Amino acid sequence: MSTRSVPRRWEKIFWPGLAFALLLALWYFAVRWSGTKVLPSPVEVKNGLAELLHQHVLWKDIADSLRRVAEGFGLAALLGIPLGLTLGWYPAANNVVNPVIQILRPISPIAWIPVAILFLGIGDHAATSLIFLGAFFPIVVSCVDGVNNVSFIYRRAGRNFGLSPLQLLRRVVFPAALPNILVGLRIAFGIAWLVVVAAEMVAVDSGLGFLIIDSRNSGKRYDLVVAAMLLIGIIGLALDYLFRSLERIRSVRWGFRHES
Amino acid sequence: MATTTATSSPMTPPDQSALLRPKLTVHRVSMVFHRDDNAVPVLDNIELTVADGEFVCLLGPSGCGKSTLLNTMAGFLSPTGGEIRVDNEIVRGPDPRRIFVFQERGVFPWLTVEGNIGFGLAKLSRTERERRIAHYVQMVGLQGFEKAYPSELSGGMKQRLEVARALAVNPDMLFLDEPFGALDSITRLTMRRELLRIWEAERKTVVFVTHDIDEAVQLADRVVVMSARPATIQQIVTIDIPHPRDISSARYLELRDGIFAQIGLAHRI
Repeated sequence: MSTRSVPRRWEKIFWPGLAFALLLALWYFAVRWSGTKVLPSPVEVKNGLAELLHQHVLWKDIADSLRRVAEGFGLAALLGIPLGLTLGWYPAANNVVNPVIQILRPISPIAWIPVAILFLGIGDHAATSLIFLGAFFPIVVSCVDGVNNVSFIYRRAGRNFGLSPLQLLRRVVFPAALPNILVGLRIAFGIAWLVVVAAEMVAVDSGLGFLIIDSRNSGKRYDLVVAAMLLIGIIGLALDYLFRSLERIRSVRWGFRHES
Repeated sequence: MATTTATSSPMTPPDQSALLRPKLTVHRVSMVFHRDDNAVPVLDNIELTVADGEFVCLLGPSGCGKSTLLNTMAGFLSPTGGEIRVDNEIVRGPDPRRIFVFQERGVFPWLTVEGNIGFGLAKLSRTERERRIAHYVQMVGLQGFEKAYPSELSGGMKQRLEVARALAVNPDMLFLDEPFGALDSITRLTMRRELLRIWEAERKTVVFVTHDIDEAVQLADRVVVMSARPATIQQIVTIDIPHPRDISSARYLELRDGIFAQIGLAHRI
């Protein structure tokens, strides 16, 4: 056992790798010893994944899921950031709108599925609107909080240099709130990635969510179900990593605690 | 108050003609804050004139209202009674001609050193802006850190950066609110010397809030001693020692001890 507080480079890779390998082994032997015919073993999942790649449907499903997330999340950011900044800037407006937001916010986007299908029919628009709903409220709330938490010293300093209210918003309040806004965007993006899978199970006939439900419905292919689940996890992790790397941009880095 | 009105100074008194033109006048200013239906008087009938180019320290115990007075002078707060004038114009809000320097916390962490110093220079041409930035980077000794972010700077460097950002817009007045309060005692001493050097070079009118008696006597032309809340002016002490001040001279100790006595502190621990 090492007593160093900072793990060595190889340890950072080795121990998580070992945990992952143990989990795979546990999975493999659990399937083998229980003799289940329904749940696939890791080997079968791997073969299923290879089959999906071979049929070329997988890339289209991944692309469709990513496109829906990009559209729903993009629209949520496009509308949510200006709305959140405005509400943060005008507390009176926030007092009016906030109760509505607080009631809508805890409603799972899944609960909106019937309503979305009723208004937008089965199809891409319904799926995108669900992603939008899931991402919109966290973005708005993080922007309002971000603006509210801007130190009064920064505002005073900005006013002291003769900025107009609009300049103050652009040159002081927005950059000061940006770390907070980025956190909100990252959370919203995680939710969007959760919601797209659910939305694709009911509203459309492509995407990773559809792949899961379709694999089960057409011949109980649980190897493909689990393969799709793993892909969703891996892609989600990769996207989150990309978002986290935004926090290292130097003009926002001050708002995050980094080790170095 | 024999100690403070003594005129038998062995050193030359400050040039009185420079102190004649009033820059800032505080006339019968009072301030009442309302908290939970209670009216809390913070400033009571303050009367003060600061001359053009003068360095004035507001000295008082923590929470006495000296910061409130400074904020009203800067236009961030409106007094509930009386009026404040600068160049005979009533102060109605903050103005780039009068810059407020916060305790190093006012630098913008999302901008580099250059970005901070250039913050108030958006209206200037690019070349003029760059020239001014370079000039003030030099003046406060931040060469080599132009591209650094505040999080990479020490407390003293951040404080110098904030002073540089204030000076870059060429204001007539600086308001400093305990600017060196968060610094260690050695850095604080260097910063005082730096501030005096800059003040002698640029001759801005300076109003400086502190609760440190030594700091006030080392820096100021006049020290305004304030009472506990509601703040009133107890006494105004003229520090008739030319710079650089010998802080072990008899006159320095005499003035300092006079203020100690005025505040009601025995000079023994």
